[in-house]
Amino acid sequence: MHFYSNDHEFSSVRAFVTLLRKEVRRFLRVWIQTLITPILIASLYLFVFGATLGERISVVDGFSYAQFVIPGLILMGVINNSFSNTSSSLFMSRHLGSIADLLVMPLSSKQIVAAYTLAGMVRGLLVGGAVGLISTQFAVLPWVYPWYAVLMAVIASMLFSLLGLIAGTFANSFDGLSLYINFVILPLVFLGGVFYPISILPPFWRHVSQCNPLFYILDGFRHTLLGVGDISMGLAFLLSGGLTLMLMGVTIHLLEHSKRFRA
Amino acid sequence: MKPALEIKNLCKSYASSNVVDHLSFSIAPGEVFGLLGPNGAGKSTTINMISGVTRIDAGELNIFGHTVTPQAPVVPKARRLTGIMHQEIVADPFFTIEQALVLHPGFFGIKRDPRWHEYLIERLHLTPHIHKEMHQLSGGLKRRFMLAKALIHKPRLLILDEPTAGVDVELRHTLWDFIRDINATGTSILLTTHYLEEAQHMCDRIAILKDGKLVALEKTTKLMQCERTRSFSLHLRQTLKQVPKILHPFEPRLEQNGTRITLKTGPAEDIGTILTQLAAIDVVVHDITSTGPSLEEIFLRLTQP
Repeated sequence: MHFYSNDHEFSSVRAFVTLLRKEVRRFLRVWIQTLITPILIASLYLFVFGATLGERISVVDGFSYAQFVIPGLILMGVINNSFSNTSSSLFMSRHLGSIADLLVMPLSSKQIVAAYTLAGMVRGLLVGGAVGLISTQFAVLPWVYPWYAVLMAVIASMLFSLLGLIAGTFANSFDGLSLYINFVILPLVFLGGVFYPISILPPFWRHVSQCNPLFYILDGFRHTLLGVGDISMGLAFLLSGGLTLMLMGVTIHLLEHSKRFRA
Repeated sequence: MKPALEIKNLCKSYASSNVVDHLSFSIAPGEVFGLLGPNGAGKSTTINMISGVTRIDAGELNIFGHTVTPQAPVVPKARRLTGIMHQEIVADPFFTIEQALVLHPGFFGIKRDPRWHEYLIERLHLTPHIHKEMHQLSGGLKRRFMLAKALIHKPRLLILDEPTAGVDVELRHTLWDFIRDINATGTSILLTTHYLEEAQHMCDRIAILKDGKLVALEKTTKLMQCERTRSFSLHLRQTLKQVPKILHPFEPRLEQNGTRITLKTGPAEDIGTILTQLAAIDVVVHDITSTGPSLEEIFLRLTQP
């Protein structure tokens, strides 16, 4: 048997694509837990805010509460699942020791970050897309700027996939990982304006909410779908995109230098 | 010809403790090289630095001409040419044996070779188990899977970190036979093991580490010659209550109710003279068994404080 393959066969792109495929297959193998469960939870939110309260409350002129809350619920699906995918995958491989397989691959930190982030984005966008489809049963959105809406969902999924990688690098236990979800992600989501416009808050709390980076992503996304928002769409994209790029740099630096990733 | 692996002044420390201290050695293409040492000597840390699991603090290593330094830790071509079977079971629980082995060559940037894939599965007797997930595998199956995984991308330097730890005798021999076949194709092998007899029979050269430093590096045959002490068991016709005085310089032990004496002699001693002296005091020896130096004795001498 001819044992050795030719060295010229080596392809860095193939290594990257294989890692990406593996990360996507990882969550597809447990699809009930990773896709169906979050879609079901979002559907329950849609039922409560769409079929029951949605037509009885209005927080923004010209739109029902269901129309107001749907963009937030879509984005919540995107954010939670992008974050969960990367954080749990990296933490599990550190916890189980299978990270050794990742560390011996001929991939740079940039390529590893890109593969994990893209897989997290795929899961987040799949859940967000499914929630968006289901939401059509409860309310119809005008989709004023559809391509910008897709772009903002992509930015949100990327940002929270990167945050998930950071959490997965620092978490020391399952409890530690859940702290990031319960004490960072959940407050950011709930206080970022998913369920109410921050314009109805008293001035002090409005200023506090403006410090929440998720507010800009949520408001920008709602703006692209409904055509109205608390801040300008351009500012929302600028801040969200800038924050994402900054986090990308932080994450790559972390994987290149942190002893929590490579001792 | 470029060495399969060349290590120059490799250093690694954890919390100001030098785990690997200016280590240097090289492995020739096609060589089986044993890296031995007691627990905590720095073997696994060295292997982890070579494979990329751990960063290098200082020094450099060269894999088939591809140089890895602290400043350039990820050299794709060096990684692609290296395969490692870790000491711990490293496996992603989400995949079956088949799925993991299909994916693995891609991680190293090469296309899967279906014939090689089938060959590994067959030779390592994994065929009935390929659709099992990791949690369904016994310890022995996990070891065989780990070896298949280390080889699936056709590395030219195979690193085996305690490959037979905790496996039964039959599987151990199966694994060693297979590793010999892999070596016969030209693959260089870096091996660590606590089974010193296996290292003695498998390795062309042996390095012994102690506290992160090299205390021996020799061809296995030459290393064995360094230790000149031989052991003799003298089986007696009569029963002795105490060891004769003339045997006291040879670390004697009276065994089997006084019917056997074991001795250790150096290269200068003549066993014939000892037997003559015993005959002169009416101690009759009816049989002698002797054992040469073992790697275990050499290992203990070099690594004990």
